[in-house]
Amino acid sequence: MGEAAHEIALTVNGVLRRTRVPGRRLLSDCLRHDLGLTGTHVGCEHGVCGCCTVLLDGEPVRSCLMFAVTADGHEITTVEGLADGARMSPVQRAFAECHGLQCGFCTPGFLCTVTALLRENPAPSGEEVLEGLSGNLCRCTGYQNIVRAVHRAAEIMAEERAEEA
Amino acid sequence: MTTRPFGEAVQRREDPRLLTGRGRYLDDLGSGALAAAFVRSPHAHAVVRDIDVADALDVDGLVAVYTWEDLPERLARPLPLLIPHPALTHGRTALPLARDRVRHVGEPVVMVVARDRYLAEDACALIRVDYDPLPAVVGLEEAARGERLVHDDVPGNVGAHLVQSVPSADGREAGEAIAAAPHRLEFRLDIERSASMPLEGRGVYARWDADDASLRVYSSTQTSTSVRMALAATLGLPLPKVEVIAPDVGGGFGVKIMHPWPEEVLVPWAAMLLGREVKWTEDRREHFTSSAHERAQAHSVRVGFDDDGRVLGLDVTILHDHGAYTPYGIIVPIITSTQLPGPYRLGAYRVAFSSVYTTTVQVTPYRGAGRPQAVFCMERTMDRIAAHLGLDRTAVRAANLIQPEEFPYDQGLTFQDGRPLVYDSGDYPESLRLLKELIGWDSFAAEKERAAAGGRRLGIGIGCYVEGTGVGPYEGGHVQITSDGRVHVSTGLTSQGQGHETVFAQIAATELGVPLERVSVVTGDTRRFGYAVGTFASRAAVMSGNAIALACRKVREKALRIAAEALEADPRDLEITDGLVHVAGVPGASVPLATVAVLANPLRYAFDDEAARATQFAGASPPDRPPVAEGEEPGLEGRGYYSPIRSTFASGMHAAIVETDPLTAEIRILRYAVVHDCGNLVNPMIVEGQIHGGVAQGVGGALYERMVYDGHGQLLNASFMDFLMPYATEVPHVETAHLQTPSPLNPLGIKGAGEAGVIPVSAVIASAVEDAEGIPVMKMPISPSELFDLRRAAGGPQAS
Repeated sequence: MGEAAHEIALTVNGVLRRTRVPGRRLLSDCLRHDLGLTGTHVGCEHGVCGCCTVLLDGEPVRSCLMFAVTADGHEITTVEGLADGARMSPVQRAFAECHGLQCGFCTPGFLCTVTALLRENPAPSGEEVLEGLSGNLCRCTGYQNIVRAVHRAAEIMAEERAEEA
Repeated sequence: MTTRPFGEAVQRREDPRLLTGRGRYLDDLGSGALAAAFVRSPHAHAVVRDIDVADALDVDGLVAVYTWEDLPERLARPLPLLIPHPALTHGRTALPLARDRVRHVGEPVVMVVARDRYLAEDACALIRVDYDPLPAVVGLEEAARGERLVHDDVPGNVGAHLVQSVPSADGREAGEAIAAAPHRLEFRLDIERSASMPLEGRGVYARWDADDASLRVYSSTQTSTSVRMALAATLGLPLPKVEVIAPDVGGGFGVKIMHPWPEEVLVPWAAMLLGREVKWTEDRREHFTSSAHERAQAHSVRVGFDDDGRVLGLDVTILHDHGAYTPYGIIVPIITSTQLPGPYRLGAYRVAFSSVYTTTVQVTPYRGAGRPQAVFCMERTMDRIAAHLGLDRTAVRAANLIQPEEFPYDQGLTFQDGRPLVYDSGDYPESLRLLKELIGWDSFAAEKERAAAGGRRLGIGIGCYVEGTGVGPYEGGHVQITSDGRVHVSTGLTSQGQGHETVFAQIAATELGVPLERVSVVTGDTRRFGYAVGTFASRAAVMSGNAIALACRKVREKALRIAAEALEADPRDLEITDGLVHVAGVPGASVPLATVAVLANPLRYAFDDEAARATQFAGASPPDRPPVAEGEEPGLEGRGYYSPIRSTFASGMHAAIVETDPLTAEIRILRYAVVHDCGNLVNPMIVEGQIHGGVAQGVGGALYERMVYDGHGQLLNASFMDFLMPYATEVPHVETAHLQTPSPLNPLGIKGAGEAGVIPVSAVIASAVEDAEGIPVMKMPISPSELFDLRRAAGGPQAS
């Protein structure tokens, strides 16, 4: 017996994508294996580590805790969609500059989380940064340089806003 | 742009791809591959009576189901015992799939291959395995009692027993030295189980090319070369027909040095048999119950010392829980035994360990690999001595430190590489001075008093360690300069986030005098370099770093020789800057390395303009000599190997200030200071990152992480909900200071840095909590409820 498949349409990184998925297919698996966007990682499959964080209509969500069918019709941003063409986003640049990643496996989740955090709060305090990061696990960096990278990203974004103004 | 980037905090070259989602981790590969899943034992200990796969056969998309009976002879045997040791008299390893007995929850029993992982798991759920449960053996005490056996043919559950003894200078054994000492203490110290827990689990993806009769395997491993040899041996393939690649690896921390895993041989075998690509990606629960743990050890200490706290005799008896099997041998308790003396000159030392079987997940090295236990043991001993004598804890340490003029210092022990444990260099008194200054040790008493006046409890702790890094036997490097002037570096060991592409490029760029941007580095790909050991024991920078430097020196020498002819100069007068070979001090007279590469490879055919310059009628080669001189090889490339006589010893000292909540017993780290000496730094930014990450794992091990087995051998906390790894909110800001005592053993003067951060943390936190509470802390990790219980047991004020 084959499983019933559902046709869904997602706007991923600004591109409309249609695919057919079984009802039980996780959004993380759909992004990775059906749409080939393997930048989103899966670290625990139960919503604790935050590796699979993507932006759903701009809000960070755990893509391993969502069925792909429930994302039908929504807009999703993954790590592949954060850069502006060939130029990395301020958050990505800050992570490189501050050595905010080592193995890089948790990094896409952090980047999505921080992108949303700074959109909401462009100049977070130290406490607010810690709070903002407190749902993502990293086993390599000890977080110190990630925290530094968030502050640096806020700084870069402020500089760029000032330049534009 | 500099051509001497060695020692500079240059940004990592792997980051752009990892930051934009272009990393290639194991599960990102093989989009069309079949998926494997495993039926695993739900019992800690049981006889397997029967396996009924009938219902699974109806699952749509099922491709194959395999049990032990389906395995060919070579695969039906126990997996290799990787590190045999004479003391491991009763080493046992698992079968790739269980035959008639399972010895821990999570042991693989059936492999299923299906169109995708969902379907493979559907089939697994329909397979019925009939077990006859046997009593579990959980915990050190129960294992050591030996009443219930994990392996019927291992009496007393003892896999190994090893004693090392170093008499004092006047020839007394430890027991005698302790008996004769003015002061004596005896106590027990315990450390719980934890695990490496990389955020990417294990995984293996295999492609069999039937036309070429060759196998390509990708594995999330810390040693692709050794996996390759294990696969060739296990699958009966000629070595040149097997290639193994470690792609981007999402953390290792030791667990991925273990190999070959059952899945690592079964998946390639299935790919060959089916003629299809097959992939298995470990899920988190599997990682908890089917990979490896570490750390569980009990230490019975007897120590004798003089009025200044100098250790005259130390006798430590260790009980080590290695789980159900010993595929990685007894490296962990060997390292504990031999690294226990740390930076100290001990009078006499005796250490004995027994390594016992339990019906739990096997134990293999996790970052630190027995050293966190060793340091916990030695440093708690130093604190006990200080408390007994009423001395400052740093004064007792200072009285025991090996002095700078005593190097090389022979501890009289045999290290994990089977070689004498001789410290090559270090400056421990200076480390201690720096640390005390960094944390403000001498002014802390006043701070503590002020806090106490405000109802707050503060404590300060310290921990010192010496870490044998860069163990052999060897690593190699290959360096090739191509006719476009690019430099291609490869080395066989793998990377799991240490920034090897960056640091090895820094070394090559510096040695060759080329811009960093022109250097590219490949690691862990047996197609590029087949000889290697692997990435563990803080060895990559030391081993491959030096091998690459040596390879570069060969290439440089050849380049200068060829360029000297072209420039009609003496090679000794030449230097290379920014990729140009030129006469020192004579601008203008130069030849680019790209051209030297062209000249190094005499050609018949011109495939581009550069190549035309090396062809037979271009006049590049004098007609009275062979185009490739005797003893020479074409091309501008070289290979180098670094094989040290013994390990090089890094060291460090950590201190922390903690606050304990008088009511809730919550423990908060207010400050954390690290003084670290790993010799010359290739990239200070990366070394700092390694320290931060190590400390964070140490904090996890000190305050939060443990494997909770019940009496039936069920792992109760096999998820990230219940196994508590620290988030950003739990890890303190780490303040660091570096000391650079170069190693005299290797050309670059470097020592390993990967594990350092994690090693002393449990010792430091225990020391600080004890200082805050005035209650001995003899077991780690320590949770608030355990501290609360300690308070109650000590008869202190109870929380309401």
